[in-house]
Parts: sequence; structure tokens; C-alpha cells
Amino acid sequence: MHEMGIVTHLAKTLDDLAKEQSITKIGSVTLQVGEVSGIMTDYFTDCWDYFKVRHPVLKSAELKLETIPAVTWCDHCKRTYPTVEHGRECPYCHSGETWLLKGNECVIKEIEAE
Amino acid sequence: MKIIELHESVTASNDRDADTLREEMRRKGTLLINLMSSPGSGKTTLLSRTIRDLSGNARGFAGNRAAEDGLKTAVLEADIDSDVDARQIDRLGAKAIQVHTDGMCHMDAGMTASGLDEMGYEGIDLAFLENVGNLICPAEFDTGAGRNVMILSVPEGDDKPLKYPLMFQSSDALVISKIDALPYFDFDMDACVRRVKALHPAIRIFPVSAKTGEGMEAWEEWLRSALCDWRSES
Repeated sequence: MHEMGIVTHLAKTLDDLAKEQSITKIGSVTLQVGEVSGIMTDYFTDCWDYFKVRHPVLKSAELKLETIPAVTWCDHCKRTYPTVEHGRECPYCHSGETWLLKGNECVIKEIEAE
Repeated sequence: MKIIELHESVTASNDRDADTLREEMRRKGTLLINLMSSPGSGKTTLLSRTIRDLSGNARGFAGNRAAEDGLKTAVLEADIDSDVDARQIDRLGAKAIQVHTDGMCHMDAGMTASGLDEMGYEGIDLAFLENVGNLICPAEFDTGAGRNVMILSVPEGDDKPLKYPLMFQSSDALVISKIDALPYFDFDMDACVRRVKALHPAIRIFPVSAKTGEGMEAWEEWLRSALCDWRSES
């Protein structure tokens, strides 16, 4: 359900762009998805396939997904570490004073269009 | 085929819609409060009591208090299986409308704007959007609200900030509801406040019981001052 909502917005963003730039056909869409964005890529691809045929501009568009690794910053020892492996607690100093630097985004990197 | 580099968030179109709605609501002087929570957090009871108190008829002396003191409120109910009785809201002096999310797990700015337009919010001071009961998706989509508020009820547990950080990060205020139930649950209020503040230092926290009325005054005062700020911000 979460993925469906995001695909709806992706399609709308691309439709708007197509209108703005007089694009008739989009060949591919490259998305950058953060490791901890909560997006399941399999579901996302299914939703995309279901959705794209309903948008003339997107009909033959291929979805390319790139993963952005999640990185957390530790405020206590001023180091970074991979989020997925260690979670909220810093593996070096065991502080909980940490915050996510990147990895929860979902960004349209580029499209191929004509 | 040419390559167009975008580097734009997937929700960019929604963000634009949300900004448009916010500007329009500011012009009309209405503050939209986006209420987010799990199902069963006590939104309905909280909202009914809040609306009653803010309307100025709180103590049953209808007519004794000047009508000008009261705020005009409206409710957009986004959950299809609503537990808000629209007639009850209506009796309390607030407008209410049911908004359909087309099966989606959250409200977006477009849906919110259509709901508000259909209901009409001319002359409304505070409009409450009861978002879909869910702690994940609603936090990711800007509805166009002026303020975001999360409700966490005591029975849900003090560990929720650890599980759903984004919800706490994107809220301006947190209402901890059902505090009359504190003696029956292992809810550590200090730990909860500490966890929430670690995620979002500036968040305002209001422990309340809509049943006994405890803490309601501070929460309602925050709403009133948020409305004042909203009308003077530009």
C-alpha cells in the first residue's frame, strides 16, 4: 500500500514533467531508493507495472532502481557507520546519540525521454 | 532518447500541491491541523472534547459565554470506517466531512484540498484532518497542513518513538493520550519523553486525558496560540 502511494506520486510528477517539456515518451526512469526508506523494491516494481500502462507517456518505461546505502552519524564519537548492520546504537562507542545521515530518500535521478 | 537529470524527490508534485494549499489556507485565515496516530489511539474522544472546549460551550452554560470567544472548527475524516460520528461533531458545532483515500494508506495534498473545497471552510478557524490510522505512510506525505500533530496513547507503549521515528520527527506536537490509564500499563513517561526529544528536540508534548480533562488546557492553549501564529506568520 505504501509503495502504491509512492508510485502514484511518481507517475504524477512524471506526467507533469512530460507536459512541461513536451515529452511524448519516457524510455526509462532511474530511481534512487534509500536502504531504510521502507520501500520494498519487489512490491514497488509490481505497482509500477500495474500503474504505468494507465499513463500513455509511461507505457513502455523501464524502471531502474539504485540503492542508496544508509549511513548513521554518531554525535558522541563523531564517526559514521552503516545503519542496516548496527541500527541506532553506535558500534564504536555504544552511544545512542546518533542520527541518520542518508538512506531514507526516494529520488528520481534521471529519465530517458523523447 | 535524451537523458534528463532530475534529482527530484518522488513526492515533489505532492509537495508543490501542499504548498499551494497552505498558501490558500493562510489567505483565508484557517489553520489545518493534520492529526496522525495508530487506530484506536483515542482521536475521536480527544477531538470531540477539544472541539467542545474550543467552541466555548465546555461547561454546559450554553449562551453564558460570548459566542465570539469560541473558535469555529471543522473535521475532515479520512478513515473510511470512521469512528467519528459526524452527527456528534455536527452537534458540537463543527462541520464534518468524510474523505475517501481510494484505498490508499495516507492522505495527500490533492485529496485534502478536494475534501476541504467540498466541505467549504470559509470562516473556519481550525480545521482538523483525521489522517488514516497508520504511523508510517502519513508521515511521508505533506497534506498541506499548517501544523502536524501526532497522538500516542498510553496502551500503545513508550517504545513507539524507537519504531516509528519519522512520525515523531515530522510532528510539531505530540499528544500522549489516555493518561488516566497510566496506573494499569507499564508506560514509562520519562523514557517516552526522552526518546521523543532525542528525535525532535523542539517538539511540544502534551500528556492528556480527554476523559478526565487532565492536561487538556495546555493542549488547547497550544492550538489557540498556533492559530494566532499562523495568522501572523507570512
